[in-house]
Amino acid sequence: MGLLSKKDAALIKDPLADNNPITIQVLGICSALAITAQLEAAIVMSFSVLFVLGIGNVVISLMRNIIPSKIRIIVQLIVVAALVIIVDQVLKAFAYELSKTLSVFVGLIITNCIIMGRFEAFALGNGPWRSFLDGIGNAAGYGVILIIVAFFRELLGAGTLLGFPVLGDPIEKTGLYAFGYENNGFMLLAPMALIVVGIIIWIQRTKNKALVEDH
Amino acid sequence: MEHIELFFKSIFIDNMVFATFLGMCSYLAVSKKVSTAVGLGAAVIFVLAITVPLNWLLDQYLLQPGALGKWLGAEYADYDLSFLSFIMFIATIATMVQLVEIVVEKFSPSLYNSLGIFLPLIAVNCAILGGSLFMQSREIPTLGLATTYGIGSGIGWFLAILAIAAIREKIRYSNVPPALRGLGITFIITGLMAIGFMSFGGMLTGGDDEGAKEEKTAQVEKKVVDDNEKEMANNIKVNE
Repeated sequence: MGLLSKKDAALIKDPLADNNPITIQVLGICSALAITAQLEAAIVMSFSVLFVLGIGNVVISLMRNIIPSKIRIIVQLIVVAALVIIVDQVLKAFAYELSKTLSVFVGLIITNCIIMGRFEAFALGNGPWRSFLDGIGNAAGYGVILIIVAFFRELLGAGTLLGFPVLGDPIEKTGLYAFGYENNGFMLLAPMALIVVGIIIWIQRTKNKALVEDH
Repeated sequence: MEHIELFFKSIFIDNMVFATFLGMCSYLAVSKKVSTAVGLGAAVIFVLAITVPLNWLLDQYLLQPGALGKWLGAEYADYDLSFLSFIMFIATIATMVQLVEIVVEKFSPSLYNSLGIFLPLIAVNCAILGGSLFMQSREIPTLGLATTYGIGSGIGWFLAILAIAAIREKIRYSNVPPALRGLGITFIITGLMAIGFMSFGGMLTGGDDEGAKEEKTAQVEKKVVDDNEKEMANNIKVNE
C-alpha cells in the first residue's frame, strides 16, 4: 500500500488476523452469531458495521478534546445511535425483506461492543485519519469472521450460497444429492454458530501459538 | 396466567444468551469467576426490570405510530416517531444506569461495592437494549407483561452466566487442547448448553384453540414444582 505508511497499514492489517475483534479481542459476538445463518444477511451486517464504525471513529476522534470524560459513554452512544438510525432507515427503504431478517440486530449495532471498544481504546486518543483506518480495519476483521461463519452455515445447512442452490436440488435429487447427501439442518440453528466460531478460534490458535491462552 | 407463561418463556425458551445471543460480550468476558458472574447477573436483572417497562411506556406514548394522539389530541395522531426508537431507548438505558449507580451508591454502599463496577458495563450490554427492542418488536400488550418480560429475561441471562462461570471454574483442572483453552472451549461449551436449552422449546407448545391454551399454562405451573425428569416427560406429552 503505497498510500499508507507502514504504521497506518498495520492498523488495517492487524485486526484481520492476529488482533481480530471477534476471535482475539472478544468483541461484537452477539450479532456475529445471530445473523450468520444466511450469507446475504452476514454481508449486509458487515457493511453496516463498516459504515458505522468508520464514520463513528472519525466523529469521536474529532470530538475527543471537547467530550467531558464523565459523560463520554452517553456521547458515544448518541453518536452510534444516530449512525445506526441512518443504516436502519436505508435498509428499510432499499432492502425491506432483509431488514426483516435482521430484525432487532440492526438496532443492536449500537451496543455492539466492537464499536464502543474501538471508540474507547482508539478514537479517544488518536487523530481522525488513523481512527478511520482503525475503524475500517476492525470492521473488516469482524466482517471476515462473519462471512466465513455464514458461508459454512448456509452451505452445509441449506445447500445454498446467497440463496442460489450450489449443491444441486434436494427434492429433485440432482447434483450431490444424487449420491445420498443430505442437508444438515442443524447448522441453521443457533447453537451451531457458537461451535463454528469455536472451531475457527481453534484453527487460528493452532496456527499461531503466540495467541494461546493459559486458562 | 399469561404472566407465568411469559415469565418461563423468557427464561427458558427465549433465553437471552442461548436463543438470541444477546449480551455475549460480557457473558464471555466476566464469566471467569462465579462471584463476579453473580454480581453482573444481578445487575442485569435489576436494570432490565427497570428499563423494559420504562421503554414500554416510551414506546406506547411517544414512539409508536399514532402514540402522540393518545394524550396530545387528535391533531397529533398522524405522527410516527418510531425511527427515534434506538436513540430514545439507548438514552433511557444510559441515564437509568447512571441514575441507578448514583442511588445505589448513596443508599446501599455494600450493594454498590458488589454491583458498582458492573453498572457502567451494563449500559453497553446488548442484553439490555435487546430486551427493549424485542419488547417492541414482539408487541407486548401491557405494562405488567413488559415488567414480567424484563425480569424473566434478566433471570435467564443470570442463569446462563452463572452456569458458564461454574463450568469454567472447573474446566481449569481439565486437560483441554492448548489452542482451545480459554475462549475456544467456552464457545463450544456454550454451544452445547444452547443445544440443551433447545429442549425447553417443547414446554409451551400445545394445541391452537382456547381450551388447549389454558391447559398448557396449567402444565407450565405444574412443571414449576415438578422435578427435571417429570418436566421432560411432560414435554413429550405436550408435544404429542
